[in-house]
Amino acid sequence: MLEITPLHYSVLSAALFMIGVIGVLVRRNIIIIFMSIELILNAVNINLVALSDQLQNLIGQVFVVFVIAVAAAEAAVGLGIIIAFYRNKETVNIDEMSLMRW
Amino acid sequence: MSNAAEFPLLSLILFTPLAGVLVLLFVNRQSEHLIRLISNVTVGVGFLVSLPLWFMYDTQDAGWQFVERHAWIPSIGADYFLGVDGFSVLLILLTTLMGVIAVLSSWTAITVRVKEYYVFLLALQTGMLGAFMALDFLLFFLFWEVMLVPMYFLIGIWGSDNRLYSAIKFFLFTLVGSVVMLLGILAVYFYHHSVTGVYTFDVTQFHELGIPYDLQWWIFLAFFLGFAVKVPMFPFHTWLPDAHTDAPTAGSVILAAVLLKMGTYGFIRFSLPILPEATVAFVPVVAALSIVGIVYGALVAMAQKDWKRLVAYSSVSHMGMVMLGMFALTPVGITGSIVQQLNHGISTGALFLIVGIVYERRHTRAIAEYGGLSKVMPVYAAIFLVMTMSSIGLPTLNGFIGEVLILQGIFVVSKFWAFVAASGIVLGAAYMLWLYQRTMFGNVDNPKNESLPDLSLREIWTFVPLLILAVWIGLYPKPFLDRLETSVDNVMERVNNDYTPRLAAVAGDGADDPAVALDTAAQADGGPVRGGAR
Amino acid sequence: MDFIWLIPLIPGIGAALNGLVGVRSFSKRTAGLVATGAMAAAFLLSVVAFVQLLGSAERYHKVTVASWIPPIPLETANGIGSFEVPWAFTLDPLSGMMLLVVTGIGLLIHIYSIGYIDHEPRGGVARFFCYLNLFCFFMLILVLGSSFLVMFVGWEGVGLCSYLLIGYWYKKKSASDAGKKAFIVNRIGDWGFILGIFLVFFTFGTLDFREVAVAAAALPVETAAVGFGVISLICLLLFIGATGKSAQIPLYVWLPDAMEGPTPVSALIHAATMVTAGVYMVCRNAVLFTHAPMVMEVVAAIGVVTALMAATIGLVQTDIKRVLAYSTVSQLGYMFLATGVGAFAAAAFHLMTHAFFKALLFLGSGSVIHAMNEEQDMRRMGGLRRHMPLTFATMCIGAVAIAGIPPLSGFFSKDEILYRTFLHSPLLWGLGAVTAAMTAFYMFRLIYMTFFGEYRGPAPDAEGHGDGHGHAWHGPHESPRLMTWPLVALAVGAVFAGFVGVPAALGGSNMIEHFLEPSFTVPGAAHAAEAAHHYEVEWALMAFSVLLAAGGILFAYRNYVQRPEAADELATRLAGTHRLLTNKYYVDELYDATVVSGSMSSARGLWRFDGGVVDGAVNGTGWATRASAMISHVLDKYVVDGLVNLVGWICREGSYGFRRAQTGLIQNYAFATLVGVFAFVTWFLVGR
Repeated sequence: MLEITPLHYSVLSAALFMIGVIGVLVRRNIIIIFMSIELILNAVNINLVALSDQLQNLIGQVFVVFVIAVAAAEAAVGLGIIIAFYRNKETVNIDEMSLMRW
Repeated sequence: MSNAAEFPLLSLILFTPLAGVLVLLFVNRQSEHLIRLISNVTVGVGFLVSLPLWFMYDTQDAGWQFVERHAWIPSIGADYFLGVDGFSVLLILLTTLMGVIAVLSSWTAITVRVKEYYVFLLALQTGMLGAFMALDFLLFFLFWEVMLVPMYFLIGIWGSDNRLYSAIKFFLFTLVGSVVMLLGILAVYFYHHSVTGVYTFDVTQFHELGIPYDLQWWIFLAFFLGFAVKVPMFPFHTWLPDAHTDAPTAGSVILAAVLLKMGTYGFIRFSLPILPEATVAFVPVVAALSIVGIVYGALVAMAQKDWKRLVAYSSVSHMGMVMLGMFALTPVGITGSIVQQLNHGISTGALFLIVGIVYERRHTRAIAEYGGLSKVMPVYAAIFLVMTMSSIGLPTLNGFIGEVLILQGIFVVSKFWAFVAASGIVLGAAYMLWLYQRTMFGNVDNPKNESLPDLSLREIWTFVPLLILAVWIGLYPKPFLDRLETSVDNVMERVNNDYTPRLAAVAGDGADDPAVALDTAAQADGGPVRGGAR
Repeated sequence: MDFIWLIPLIPGIGAALNGLVGVRSFSKRTAGLVATGAMAAAFLLSVVAFVQLLGSAERYHKVTVASWIPPIPLETANGIGSFEVPWAFTLDPLSGMMLLVVTGIGLLIHIYSIGYIDHEPRGGVARFFCYLNLFCFFMLILVLGSSFLVMFVGWEGVGLCSYLLIGYWYKKKSASDAGKKAFIVNRIGDWGFILGIFLVFFTFGTLDFREVAVAAAALPVETAAVGFGVISLICLLLFIGATGKSAQIPLYVWLPDAMEGPTPVSALIHAATMVTAGVYMVCRNAVLFTHAPMVMEVVAAIGVVTALMAATIGLVQTDIKRVLAYSTVSQLGYMFLATGVGAFAAAAFHLMTHAFFKALLFLGSGSVIHAMNEEQDMRRMGGLRRHMPLTFATMCIGAVAIAGIPPLSGFFSKDEILYRTFLHSPLLWGLGAVTAAMTAFYMFRLIYMTFFGEYRGPAPDAEGHGDGHGHAWHGPHESPRLMTWPLVALAVGAVFAGFVGVPAALGGSNMIEHFLEPSFTVPGAAHAAEAAHHYEVEWALMAFSVLLAAGGILFAYRNYVQRPEAADELATRLAGTHRLLTNKYYVDELYDATVVSGSMSSARGLWRFDGGVVDGAVNGTGWATRASAMISHVLDKYVVDGLVNLVGWICREGSYGFRRAQTGLIQNYAFATLVGVFAFVTWFLVGR
């Protein structure tokens, strides 16, 4: 059985992170962008948990809980904004969100 | 300073109208009846809580009474500092009473934006009361300016034809004066600091300052502009006829009865005691302007075709009389001046009510539109007659007491001034009686006047207190004059040293007084009255 | 005598009752009874007070009721004094006599009014009696007031009542005009009076009549040698007041017009009481006036000229009440003539007798007017003695009394005045005597035109004559008993009132002069040396004036009874004079052209000045402010704001290149960030 080393975690985390970043950069659907942000956050979480285990320090895990909570709150607010926006514009395409552009 | 640390009566009086405003804010604007009721109750309560001032005021105590003092803006030495003497007591009572009458008289006259109207009227009430109570110059100035705003809106929103012009004119005119006055206040403030090292707006401290004459001269000029506009003195009077003519009835009543008194109050409370030497120097100027105002106001009133404007110009004439008495700088003159201020409030206030009543019925103020009203409105005509007589100074009514004291007070200073000023009595009779004849006598020529209803019970009640006061002051002014004694003494002490040994003068009655040597029998009869109070 | 303050108060209460309650709810009879009852009570009290006064030794009684103006220190000529006026009333012989005259005649006129005013609507009757009682209230205050200022209260108050009563028929323009005129002309006099009062206080430090008199007595008499001093000025100012109230030149013009009022009013106010207030005031200040002989000369001159002028106007008037009005002015002139020559007692005596016979004549004329259905023109009367014998008889008594035929009252008082005038100055006496002759003439002209000859009035039962009275008129008729009874009472007075002043020359003792004397001097003053009696002169003067009066009467008889056309012939022959007299010397026109239109045009001019110049300055300031605001606006918009915009423009133009980068797309920015992060990380890992 292959032993799972911190390197594995790091690779997974990096991969997830990159997927998320690319999603944020290239997608036009705001909901997808939103989900990509979640991916980025979870990549960080994985890193934190792994290193916490590695260093035998619980602070990392505590931090993860915080991140999850903040992510949940952020999701709630974000989705609320999106819904409000959709009701007005009937679209979730961020190219249409140009009200404040000059 | 007596009555300190007692029940804060002055604050109660001051904030009762504001409490009414607060209640009104929570009332639906549609329920006009309720709004009227609340406003009437508020001013009624306001008058009742001010009544103790009359009874509890100690006529023997020469200091400030009912004093309240709390830090307000400590960094610049401004305090929330209230206190009254006899003079302010009478004006406060006049204000609360006229408040009741003004609010009561608006019951049917105001039909649009009722809520705002009463809010402004009540706020105005607080502003005026505050100005009469404040012993902190900055606080006084605050209230002084606060008064402007509600009055501006009262004229501007509920006024008649030319209301915007009049409202703005009123506002700007007064504002110009008060800005200059503020400069004067600051001059006194900084001078006081330079002498004592203390920053304060405490008027009682200012009353003891000995400002150098040159500075006094300039400060007097600054105060003069501020107060003279408000009085109004010739030639600063032209806002008055416009404001009066276009204001709603209650506005005119308050304006004439109370607001104008701000100017004269300011002179007696601030100019005279703080700037005694400059006051003496300015006597010829002020007296000349006053006399011009008396004759000029009366003559211009005679030429008016507009009923309300006529009464407004008569105000100019009467206030000239008030100023003249004040600048006689004799106890009799100043006492007369103060009494005449009350009288003017009573009689001119009533005359504006009288105009307002027919205006509400006919919506015109042109004298030519009326005639023969005695026939259709006998009660109205009778009240108008009494108030006309009060206004032209018929003995047994209030106006006479004021005029006699003023003229006697000025006579001993300058016979010429008295000669000219007394001619105002003749002219006053001429324009008022002519007005009375044109409106009340004759046949009812105008068919629109044929079915005018006479006064309603509510309208009669707006006049009853004024009628009572007119007769009371006319027949037995002693309670009023007693309350003024110490106030006048305090002012006299600053501006005219001739009268400082007042106690000695009155009690001893002077071996040099030829009258006393005579007729001991007559003396004995008059004795208790003569000796008693002092 | 402490109750004397009740005497004015009772009519005051009557007035309040009628005014507040009566106008709405009293019947005509109740209103009349309330007012008359009040007057009756006042009269009774006056009689009691008078009797007590006669019984008391000091003959001076002052009652202080309450404080009015409490003492306030004030500078006087003698240092700091105390200005104080109590509500105090004085009973002394002069005020006692006036008290009886006012309440007595007032009571009779109240009774008469019940009958006279009966045609008016109910509320109007109560209003009338309210005014009438109010008048008595003020008149009694005037009479009893123990100081100048209390007297002034009554003085102005009676002016108000006079105004109200003259304008009683307020729907008539002429009536309300006359009321207004009376008030304003009186106010001109009051201007002098009140200034005189101020000067009195300044000079003497008191306003009490007695104290002033005592103080003045100590001062030197201001003869021509001494010069025109302060007492003279005081007296002159007071006299201005008197000319207003007592209708003397130059302020007499209101009195004839005042006849617009109801006749009882003319009798009470404009004949018997109020108009004599000026005389009363001068008598009250006899001590002051005797210290100002130069002013006395003025008083005498004005008095006699007024008497003469009014009498000449009275010669040609055709309105029955106007004849009487000018007669009143003339008789008041007599009284001032008397005060001017120092015969204060004679003036007061004539005041009293005049009150009787003039009230009688007015009430009689009222009875005539009533009978003629409000006709006042004597040319439309005539022959009335057959219809109203009682009125005729009483009026004749009045006319004989005023003409000065012995032994009626007018004879004694008028001859006393003429005698004293003669001693002072024969010229003044001459003018006075001429006036006396004219008086006899015009009074009998009135009697003859009214009661003798043929009836010239309208036919009875003219339909249109019911104007407002609601009943047809049945021709001239005697008045109801309520009206004739007071006539009889007054006639009795007019006959007998003179006997209190029978001069020594006729074996009398001139009671009234001795009675009144304490009021004209100060206590303790030496009795004026009895003037040397020239009985022969006095007899001669009496005979002469009786002859003059008889001549006047005869002349009137010739012209109006024997040859009625003679009067017209005379008028045509002296057309110029006649026109001058019928137009009352054009004095009203003169005043209208100068004083009235002068003040009106100055009023209008000042109004234009106020709107144009004073307010123009204000509006000009406003305009200038707005103009400068416009300029600032332009300046601000194109210069100041232009600079600001220039800065902005430069920035904008310069920033075009940079603007490309600002796509506003968040993903672009994020991508740039990512690239940046990679660059830094790469540099960090590799570059070092």
